[in-house]
Amino acid sequence: MRLTCPLCGERDRREFYYGGDAMALERPAPDAGDVAWNDYVHLRDNPAGATRDLWYHDGGCGTWLVVERDTLTHAIAKVTPASEVAR
Amino acid sequence: MRVAGKGLYDQSRRIGFSFDGKPMSGIEGDTLASALLASGVRLMGRSFKYHRPRGVLTAGSEEPNALVTIGQGAQAEPNVRATVQELFAGLNAQSQNRWPSLRADLLSVNDLAAPFFSAGFYYKTFMWPRAFWERVYEPIIRRAAGLGALSGRHNEDHYEKAFAFCDVLVIGGGPSGLMAALTAARSGADVILADEDQRFGGRLLAETEEVDGQPGAEWAASMVRELEGMDNVRLMPRTTVTGAYDQGTYGALERVGLHRPREAHLPLECFWRIVARRAILCAGALERPIAFPNNDRPGIMMAGAVRAYLNRWGVAPGQRVAVFGNNDDAHRTARDLAAAGVTVAAVIDSRAEPGVSGDFPTYSGAQVVATRGRQGLTGLTVRHSGGTVDIGADCLAMSGGWNPSLHLTCHMNGRPDWSESLHTFVPRAGAIPGLVAAGACNGTFSTSACLSEAIAATKAAVSELGFKPAAIKAPRADGAAYRIEPLWAVEGKGRKWIDFQNDVHVKDVLLAAQENFRSVEHMKRYTTQGMATDQGKSSNVVALAVLADATGRGIPQTGTTTFRPPYSPVSIAAMGAGAQGKGFAPERFTTSDQASRDRAAPMIEAGLWYRPSYFPRPGEATWREACDREVTMVREAVGVCDVSTLGKIDIQGPGAAQLLDFVYTNTFSTLPVGKVRYGLMLREDGHVMDDGTTARLGEQHFVMTTTTAAAGLVMRHLDFVLQVLRPDLDVRIISVTEQWAQFGVAGPQAREVINSLIDAPVDHATMPYMACAPVQVGGVGGRLFRISFSGEHAYELAVPARYGESLYRLLVAQAEALGGGPYGMEALNVLRIEKGHITHAEIHGRTTAFDIGFDRMVSRKKDCVGQTSAARPGLIGPEREQLVGLRSVTPADKLTAGAHLFAGGEAAVRANDQGYVTSVCWSPTLGSNIGLAFLRNGRARHGERVRLVDHLRRIETVCEVCDPVFVDPEGGRLRG
Ligand SMILES: [Zn+2]
Repeated sequence: MRLTCPLCGERDRREFYYGGDAMALERPAPDAGDVAWNDYVHLRDNPAGATRDLWYHDGGCGTWLVVERDTLTHAIAKVTPASEVAR
Repeated sequence: MRVAGKGLYDQSRRIGFSFDGKPMSGIEGDTLASALLASGVRLMGRSFKYHRPRGVLTAGSEEPNALVTIGQGAQAEPNVRATVQELFAGLNAQSQNRWPSLRADLLSVNDLAAPFFSAGFYYKTFMWPRAFWERVYEPIIRRAAGLGALSGRHNEDHYEKAFAFCDVLVIGGGPSGLMAALTAARSGADVILADEDQRFGGRLLAETEEVDGQPGAEWAASMVRELEGMDNVRLMPRTTVTGAYDQGTYGALERVGLHRPREAHLPLECFWRIVARRAILCAGALERPIAFPNNDRPGIMMAGAVRAYLNRWGVAPGQRVAVFGNNDDAHRTARDLAAAGVTVAAVIDSRAEPGVSGDFPTYSGAQVVATRGRQGLTGLTVRHSGGTVDIGADCLAMSGGWNPSLHLTCHMNGRPDWSESLHTFVPRAGAIPGLVAAGACNGTFSTSACLSEAIAATKAAVSELGFKPAAIKAPRADGAAYRIEPLWAVEGKGRKWIDFQNDVHVKDVLLAAQENFRSVEHMKRYTTQGMATDQGKSSNVVALAVLADATGRGIPQTGTTTFRPPYSPVSIAAMGAGAQGKGFAPERFTTSDQASRDRAAPMIEAGLWYRPSYFPRPGEATWREACDREVTMVREAVGVCDVSTLGKIDIQGPGAAQLLDFVYTNTFSTLPVGKVRYGLMLREDGHVMDDGTTARLGEQHFVMTTTTAAAGLVMRHLDFVLQVLRPDLDVRIISVTEQWAQFGVAGPQAREVINSLIDAPVDHATMPYMACAPVQVGGVGGRLFRISFSGEHAYELAVPARYGESLYRLLVAQAEALGGGPYGMEALNVLRIEKGHITHAEIHGRTTAFDIGFDRMVSRKKDCVGQTSAARPGLIGPEREQLVGLRSVTPADKLTAGAHLFAGGEAAVRANDQGYVTSVCWSPTLGSNIGLAFLRNGRARHGERVRLVDHLRRIETVCEVCDPVFVDPEGGRLRG
């Protein structure tokens, strides 16, 4: 697998660290309540199809990336710096 | 026997080799199989289960029978296909799966017991008693049934891995592949052409047909010459594309040194990862056998293989050859043999009206119903419309038709389609994104149509990539149609083999159907059909047809056959190339590494780092003696220890303090410049991630230390926080772990050692506990921290890494002058356990700040990562297992890490488990075994006795629960 880092270009998967579902971007407020925090910390979808997850360009520029891909076809639709998505 | 004047190679260039110790010779260009056939060797192996005598069946990598071991000792390579192994001078090949010899294999008694060895035999027979499986049945089965054996010795051979990129990868270098490669190359694309054979040409090397008015092999050679002359083409012979993966990635195995005498500088194989924007699959087709009674005798082989041996290597596999088939290739084989002067005993065509004939006896609507000859074919019986006839023959060429080599199209879960006209599976378009099949692997069997299809497919592919397709026309070639009538199995007495490698015959498949293993996948597993090195390349379609017949379904209704990578076996050594021995993981060395080794310190791995365990002195017999001495040395004088492996992260910017407040549970924005604070970091789920000290070097400048193990993790975490959670903070961070060498100096004499080396001495007023300051060390700018992991009066002194070794040697010399010296990891560990300091043995991912007694460090005045979760129900309270100290009641009684804790009288079973031990040591300071543990409601139980039970090491020790800080709980030594 290869990911196209917006800063570094197309790179081998070995340069990246997998960081789990991109919902980690949506951190609730400290007082959001148990349900919201439980969702955020523990609950993840396991879709057969489109998914958004986080990858860290460990062996490159150190950017956290949001990767939109398909778990069925393994096709990668989009790679965006997480800082732009989080904004 | 070699036929004079036949073949593509010079028959006068002889090469010596040996088979089962017997000297033989072949010619340059031979495979081991062609050389053995030319030498009259028909018996090449024994079958997997029944030890039946077997000869070579094919002339390619699909070979199920002729597996041999090449070489000797640790270098021995088992299960090498004789049809792939190229001959070289001195080649040493041995037959396999036989004892004592290939001709007199005693285990062939298995064959007499065959009625007992039917499908499912293992499952039914070796069920009881269960304890017999491992000790009795399995060793017997493994000895009796099997392939070649590994040497069991370490393999010193050299392997390589490599990466390549191209616009168009052409897989297979037969007529279609050569045409595709030339079309792509002339259109300007970067092309890789890979073929598993040593020579490009594919079937053209094995046939007598012409292309463009020249013999096929010559046309192929002229194509190769043109491709070789082009800068944008890389030819990769001896390279099998073994798998198709995501995003146009292909695995390929190149034989680099296997076809020649060993040379130290050459790897045996290279495993390639090829990334191609487009791929043209031109893998050709494989001929399939017919299941007729005793169709496995040496001398019975595929018709296409007989033509290959004859036309390419000039070898007649027999003197009287019979041909049996259900398609026109039977006649083609007979014609080639007759033209070469080999006697054609008969052509047996299962079709009622073959529509072709030749100058040899032909039986139409006929089938082979029996064969004779124990160690090699002597004759066969043919049933035809007029009755039966016995025919003498020492070779029988069979053809049940051709199966496209569509394997790669199945590698991403694609399924092939059944063709009612070709009676075989053909690939489904689009099964692999970016790959298109052309030629025989796509079910296009005439050479003329193959060439046109390859050109069209390649033009379409290069157009998609933005190249203008070159004007190119298909050369003239054979356009004869493929005519076949299905014939899968023949009725008759005797076993009709389908899978030669796994000894599966028609009756096994019928039995599977009868026992309701009607799904193909179940049948395969029940009978072992399609397993092992050939993965059913010859047999899968036949087995499926027999199953379809037995269950009264059509073939497409019965199921499909599928294939997974690799196409042909890939040695683990090739895939793991570069990762043998020290190549497995990089090694990181501290600047004091040589100095430690000079003192004969045994080095221990800490992640990728190597650190000294202890520094032995004359007279010390065990590590414990050295460790005890080093601990006492630190407590009574002074010790020096390299702590550079701790992660160091430089943090600068106006938001630096706010970042620290957000990632640490405690507050750092209140830390004065010139001070150090211990910090605790949580994961968002409320559990402890890491701990360490952070020093404030300036208003907007901090340096954070992490544990050695978590340095990378913390860096990632900080990047995540800055880029995603707190983009509002103006901060820059960078790892400086390797830029600074840092040494711990601990003990009552620590200040004397430090002051002997820094330009301006410090005292208690200028450098109190938890202070930090820039210092000059012999004119070099460094940093001094008054921090302690051991519980003693201690400092850490950091200098740029290039001065590390020099400073370390100076520190050790100064310490020794004061009765101290260096100490290693063992003593470091004892010192910190005595002081109750935690490491990742305690913060192992399942403990909270509350568990380790630091819940008051979780500030409620600000938000931080993990703060909300840390307060959730279940993570706080008396039900939690909490950090405690343990001390054996009888000081010499052992404690073990990993042992569990139980109340005095309770049985040591899971339901009564009250906690577990994380760190233990012998404390020379206390004269007792001590440990750190997590005990349910432990902080309220100091003074209680618990029972430590280690079921693995059979240890039981009564312990007293105590505070985890064993030494100097008031901290007087630390601050003094
Ligand atoms: Zn990058």
